[in-house]
Amino acid sequence: MAGWLEQLLGKKDKSAEQAKERLKLVLIHDRTDLTPHQLEVMKNELLEVISRHVAIDPSAVKIDMAQDGREQRLIADIPLKPANARRR
Amino acid sequence: MAAKVLTITSGKGGVGKTTTTANIAVALAALSYKVVCIDADIGLRNLDVVLGLENRIVYDVVDVVEGRCRLRQAMIRDKRLPELYLIPAAQTRDKNAISPSDMVRLCDELRNEVDWILIDSPAGIERGFRNALAPADLVVVVTNPEVSAVRDADRIIGLIEAEEKGPARLILNRVNMNLVKRGDMLNADDVLELLAVELIGIVPEDEAVVVSTNRGQPVALDGKSKAGLAFQNIARRLNGEQVPFLSLDEKDGFFARLGRMFRTGGA
Ligand SMILES: Nc1ncnc2c1ncn2[C@@H]1O[C@H](COP(=O)(O)OP(=O)(O)O)[C@@H](O)[C@H]1O
Ligand SMILES: [Mg+2]
Repeated sequence: MAGWLEQLLGKKDKSAEQAKERLKLVLIHDRTDLTPHQLEVMKNELLEVISRHVAIDPSAVKIDMAQDGREQRLIADIPLKPANARRR
Repeated sequence: MAAKVLTITSGKGGVGKTTTTANIAVALAALSYKVVCIDADIGLRNLDVVLGLENRIVYDVVDVVEGRCRLRQAMIRDKRLPELYLIPAAQTRDKNAISPSDMVRLCDELRNEVDWILIDSPAGIERGFRNALAPADLVVVVTNPEVSAVRDADRIIGLIEAEEKGPARLILNRVNMNLVKRGDMLNADDVLELLAVELIGIVPEDEAVVVSTNRGQPVALDGKSKAGLAFQNIARRLNGEQVPFLSLDEKDGFFARLGRMFRTGGA
């Protein structure tokens, strides 16, 4: 059996990998008591407020939940458009 | 003497709390510690059969709390070891028959008599769990490498921290190395990354556990099986010893393990 090939290509298909990925998401929502839908709504509201004050490119924005030990963090990476670009 | 109270809990049922309690108790007693274990799973008593002491029960923990007997009278001595005692759960009562403060009082009465008090918690997050948690100095969460057990472990770890009984330690039970190698079972690193707690033991899925439970003789009574050895190592870690984690690799023979143990040193 081409076990090495399988390992190289198929890691994401392994059921353990799937279990881990699924658990990551489940734990975020269990710990924060936020459903994926609520998270999406919150992100949109945040973007709305921020763009009221500065120009941003919504497609470049990254807002994600991250795990830091047993704490959950909301991490936002919001590139701002340069001021001169904004004036135009 | 000032006993440490160790509560063994899990959230999800059937992950191996009772098996773990019995085996850590036996392993600690074999290290010459004076140990009392309390079955807090009222109405679903099991620690007695896993320890093989079911025929010697006269009084139970509810009898003690309600004053029908003295504490000493409810302590069944395990004759296989120098100082191991069981206080059984009541079988015909429910969890509301005792309260968290009853458990605290009971443990306080024992604290000056023994080295270790182990409490086998029922599954769930209700009264029975609260009873088991209230007197704890140290909490061990048992889980299995599967989605629902890990999720419930996370929930229970959160509750333990909220009650300021943390940080919880983790025992990963029923690990099947063949499945792990095939990529079909979460390994210890995966589970630790998800739960972010300190690991205190990895116990393999082991037929010896089934056989020993049939006989009422916990595997840790002798270190011949991998599970038995894993529980003995947990008992040593609980006493502050640095014990390397066993390799659960099937191909890894006893001598390979022994070699590694000497190399890593058991300081
Ligand atoms: N490491 C193991 N290997 C094989 N079987 C196990 C192992 N740990 C527990 N079991 C079995 O799993 C079942 C549930 O264990 P138990 O200790 O009663 O769980 P809990 O107290 O959490 O409900 C029992 O039949 C027990 O023998
Ligand atoms: Mg049990």
